Amino acid sequence: MLKVKNIETSYGFVNAIRGVSLDLEEGDIKTVLGANGAGKTTILKTIMGLLEDQPEKGTIEFMGKRIDRMDTEDIVRLGISYVPEGREIFPELTVFENLKMGSYTRRDKDGIRKDYKRVSEYFPVLEERKNQQAGTLSGGEQQMLAIGRALMARPKLLLLDEPSLGLSPALVKDIFEIIKAINREGITILLVEQNARMALNIGNYGYVLENGRIVLSDETRVLLENDDVKEFYLGIKLEESVKGYQRYKRKKRWR
Amino acid sequence: MLTQLSQIIVSGLAIGSCYALIALAMVIIYKTSEVLNFAQGEMAMVSTFFAYSLLSTYNIPFIIAFPLALVFSLLLGMLVEFAFLRPAKNPTVLGLIVITLGAEMVLYGFAGWKWGAETKSFPSPILDTRVYNLKGIVISQLNLWIFAVCISLMLILFLFFRYSKLGVAMKATAQNQMAARLMGIRSKRILSLTWGLSSLIGAVAGVLIAPITLLDPNMMIDPLLKAFASAVLGGMTSLPGAALGGGILGVVENLFGWYVSTEFKSVVAFAIIVIVLCIRPSGLLARHYVKKV
Repeated sequence: MLKVKNIETSYGFVNAIRGVSLDLEEGDIKTVLGANGAGKTTILKTIMGLLEDQPEKGTIEFMGKRIDRMDTEDIVRLGISYVPEGREIFPELTVFENLKMGSYTRRDKDGIRKDYKRVSEYFPVLEERKNQQAGTLSGGEQQMLAIGRALMARPKLLLLDEPSLGLSPALVKDIFEIIKAINREGITILLVEQNARMALNIGNYGYVLENGRIVLSDETRVLLENDDVKEFYLGIKLEESVKGYQRYKRKKRWR
Repeated sequence: MLTQLSQIIVSGLAIGSCYALIALAMVIIYKTSEVLNFAQGEMAMVSTFFAYSLLSTYNIPFIIAFPLALVFSLLLGMLVEFAFLRPAKNPTVLGLIVITLGAEMVLYGFAGWKWGAETKSFPSPILDTRVYNLKGIVISQLNLWIFAVCISLMLILFLFFRYSKLGVAMKATAQNQMAARLMGIRSKRILSLTWGLSSLIGAVAGVLIAPITLLDPNMMIDPLLKAFASAVLGGMTSLPGAALGGGILGVVENLFGWYVSTEFKSVVAFAIIVIVLCIRPSGLLARHYVKKV
């Protein structure tokens, strides 16, 4: 469905992505893990065509069509929705207007109404506050609004950028449940996360990104057993001395 | 005494409505792109001259010439955006504002070259000299029209931004351009339409006040400054604020002119800006949300 082949993206002279390939099939939840500055968000922005004249090299294909260097507005029309990091809702529009903007490209009124109903089933709080200005919502509600707004476009592929950022653990769990439910309806998901445990638990495949390169990729259940992932992304200490501290600093094997 | 006061207020509101229209035009552009359009006045002036040409050179009746002038102004606004603002690569807001100053000079020069610098009278069928008497308050036909047009335009704009998909998309683009693009809203097209709409409103104001100010390339300089003051007074981002600001400014200015001094009438506008910026820097009706993380 989505084939990202060997893309390289740079901000000026700084290479942020140095040859990344991703491959998503229909129905997948694939997840990209990585520390701050690893280039996770840059990958998504490159796919969405938000970075001008990027990727510098490589190709991106969606449903057999080249989409690299296409206009964002056209990429969205093909059926990819992106929930950006930090919500990016329209603060002075009402919740309802925000959702309406999500379906901007669509003409089928019945379908829109149906999707609106579906979104309010996922997030009942949005229906309760539909006439409230979106800027007055709490952080978690804004995240829900951002996801709901993306769903209103009825995408085939949903790119999620750190949906758990700044949310309480309980809310994170809720959001991830909903992401799973969305996937069950047949929407393919590419999830970028810092919360590795959550991401690996709902995804079926994971990529580990470091300094703009994919250093490890496998099915999530394999990754969950990987020693390096355990140590550096899940925070599980593998060896401890009798005195209760680690005697040496573990090195990552993939470098 | 009371009649006199009402009279002053009514004429103040009439001129204030014109300020309000131009202020609305400025606010629409400012809201979508944070650019202060200093070419606003000149765009309106050129559109008014276009209407003048149609009326006096080609003898087209006002009822046809006016819509034609509106179409012209719409295209003019889009052209200015396309020709001057869009080519700027990674511009800063300040850079764009300077570009609008440049556009203003180009249009000013063009008007001087095409229509000459001498003052002309605008052959409007709506007359400033035909007056109605309402219980002692005299109101001219022109002022009445200005009121009516202002109020209906504001109502239309309100409905447009509230209920139409395009209007909401314009607001969305203003608030978060990246997110708007992610919704599939073609932000460039929206921006260009915004300029067209703004220019159209300016042209309405231009045609309405042309019979008062008379027609020459400088006609819009004073109204533009007043409109800017009104917009700042109203909060720069609020459409009702701009309308309110225009009304207040027109009335205060007129009261000041009558009771204190005619010479310093224009200064009042700037005194008002200073006072507002001291007491309520964001303007009367501006709302601002702090971004949550």
